[in-house]
Amino acid sequence: MSTLSLAYVVLFYVAGFIFLAGLVLRITKYARTPAPLKIPTMPAPTTRTGVVMRLAREVVFFQSLFRSNKWIWIFGWIFHLSLLLAFFRHLRYALSPDSILWPLVNNEIVLSFGKYAGFTMLLGLLGLFGRRIFVDRVRYISQPSDYLMLLLIMGIAATGLGTSYLSHTDIVALKQFALGLLYFDPRPVPNDALILIHLALVAILLIVFPISKLLHAPGVFFSPTRNQVDNAREKRHLAPWAAELDSTRGNR
Amino acid sequence: MADFDTPELKEYLSIPAIEPGAMEGLAPFVAKPPHQEPLGYPGELVDNWEEKAIEKMGDMLKKYRGFQVFLDSCVKCGACTDKCHYFLGTSDPKNMPVARQDLLRSVYRRYFTFAGKFFPKLVGARDMTREVLDEWYSYFHQCSQCRRCSVFCPYGIDTAEISMAAREIMDSIGQGQKYCNEIITKVFSIGNNLGLPEPALRDTLEDLEEEIYEDTGVRVRLPLDEKGADILLITPSADFFAEPHIDGLMGYAKVFHEAGVSWTISSYASEAANFGMFIGSYENSQRIAMRVREAALDLGVKRIVHGECGHAWRVAYSFWNTYAGPWDFLDPNYPVPQHICEFTWDLIQQGKLKFDKSENDHRVVTFHDSCNVARATRMGDKPGGQFEIPRNVIKAVCNNYVEMDPDTIKDATFCCGGGGGLLTDDLMEIRVKGAMPRMQALHDVVEEQGVTNMAAICAICKSQFSKVLPYYKMPMDMIVSVHQLVSDALILTGQNDGDEASGEQDS
Repeated sequence: MSTLSLAYVVLFYVAGFIFLAGLVLRITKYARTPAPLKIPTMPAPTTRTGVVMRLAREVVFFQSLFRSNKWIWIFGWIFHLSLLLAFFRHLRYALSPDSILWPLVNNEIVLSFGKYAGFTMLLGLLGLFGRRIFVDRVRYISQPSDYLMLLLIMGIAATGLGTSYLSHTDIVALKQFALGLLYFDPRPVPNDALILIHLALVAILLIVFPISKLLHAPGVFFSPTRNQVDNAREKRHLAPWAAELDSTRGNR
Repeated sequence: MADFDTPELKEYLSIPAIEPGAMEGLAPFVAKPPHQEPLGYPGELVDNWEEKAIEKMGDMLKKYRGFQVFLDSCVKCGACTDKCHYFLGTSDPKNMPVARQDLLRSVYRRYFTFAGKFFPKLVGARDMTREVLDEWYSYFHQCSQCRRCSVFCPYGIDTAEISMAAREIMDSIGQGQKYCNEIITKVFSIGNNLGLPEPALRDTLEDLEEEIYEDTGVRVRLPLDEKGADILLITPSADFFAEPHIDGLMGYAKVFHEAGVSWTISSYASEAANFGMFIGSYENSQRIAMRVREAALDLGVKRIVHGECGHAWRVAYSFWNTYAGPWDFLDPNYPVPQHICEFTWDLIQQGKLKFDKSENDHRVVTFHDSCNVARATRMGDKPGGQFEIPRNVIKAVCNNYVEMDPDTIKDATFCCGGGGGLLTDDLMEIRVKGAMPRMQALHDVVEEQGVTNMAAICAICKSQFSKVLPYYKMPMDMIVSVHQLVSDALILTGQNDGDEASGEQDS
């Protein structure tokens, strides 16, 4: 195997490890940190089921963002939906047709729209980038990392589109490379500039994920203002460290 | 009237272009040792405060999930940037919720994240310096913790939580705010924010009994420290002396009288307000809340009813059970606590109160949803009861009711501008400017629908509006208590007929 292939294999194992370990650590941290007070943004659901529905509306439709700003919503939602479609379309490179997950890949939605998801993704990202430049308020709050993050994902989308519309990558070889990584049986990476850049950018995204604002993905599920049930009067809510204070609050 | 310009009310509320530095340097008076130490904080800025501040931040990251998640999750999408009344009123970009959070997030990133430790410029990370501290002190006291931004954030990031945490960090290194900490000191030493001692309180309540008698010919009582009463009323101390709060208090008294229940006020817990929340202090909030538990136990009451106060209702509804519960010694048939509006609305539904709505016919009333009631609590059984029940009460006693712009009511309500520990003269500029969006919506209904009065159920809102309405060329007495409207329309059993109650007849 060439040095290049070896480098990519190592890169992907390292990136994959950082992504998974970083995410697990972060999620564990969120889960273990207590929320000592009831702070749901009201009106809030009064049942667990209601909270699940509320979170589902946030995650699937970006409900609060829709109420807040239609431009950010349309660009953001198109981008995330495209990302999801592209993800499912990419599963074909890591699954064999006899896998039980194959229907996730081989269905009408993914097949017909997935192909164009790269374009809509770019459109959404360009919209978000444009807002950072042209809206004075958003420009004010943007750091270099905020622009770079958009550029990174735009780079991934653009090179990905390039591999299917400009110069066709050897899909069979790519699939062997991907499956090789999954089954710890490394295979050479296709020697094609576009796909190499595409893969490198994806690896960077994986590495950056658990140490950046991309943590909004797990974060939304742990946000006390969204995931708490409105039942403060009915049920006493007490975090472990707060329970310790109970013993010091006097003899009543 | 002051050395700043009152914002102009336009035809509609517009999003201003940013003006960096517009409110730079505005800061409240710093607390002196006598108002720091009783709260468990150092009297003045400690020597190694930079280090201590970071240490405290690390401690809070372990204790408050919201703090940790909110600091990590922001993607700088900009959805919140036009939602804060202080930004809309001042154009200062640091009053945009995300920018306010970033004052603290930048320091969090520097000391607690990989990117901030190794690539500070890339992610806007900053060292904890005197400049940063001054900026915190200024802009975290230009936030009323109203949570409007949290409604619109796709991740529910609540700037109130960040500003509370920032204040707790500043308190812990000796840089507290005089207004809040002095008030909390008074609660600990005397029992209420005003520092009103028991004899003065008793006199006040007797005066009010006399006033109601003169007005109606009915002996309505406002009992103090009566053991064995069924209901303990916990209400903001502003209800004992300020206008229009006091008219609300007389309203509660009349409602209790007509309901035929026995009730009492406690001189020990003569304060619903809990400024411990404003400074983000679990310990101090709990200490204040415990006074209510102690009073309820001492007086042997069966229920607790809560007066008109916004942040206090938040503490009572959402936090009392945590701080001072369980309330298993009270009557389980009633919620603990119960809001006075819930209490009154129950009686209205049962047909136990008789009203002459025409007594309010000289008014066209609108309702200001107080931020803490709207976005941090509930009334009744159903989500949104905090919007419906006060409106139902008003509509039951007034013939003329109109709503303000739907984008400025219910959970999208605009803060009065004086909440969150900002109700102090040293912050008048931000109070007036921050009131602009609410003033705009009010002005619209005054012009278009002839509104004469705005009702509210929050002591801070009432005080703030009395003060800022004149800046916007509206009369200060436009603001009324909801239970003032109830009081004016309520017909007490055995009440004198007509308006000209002489108060001379024997009872």
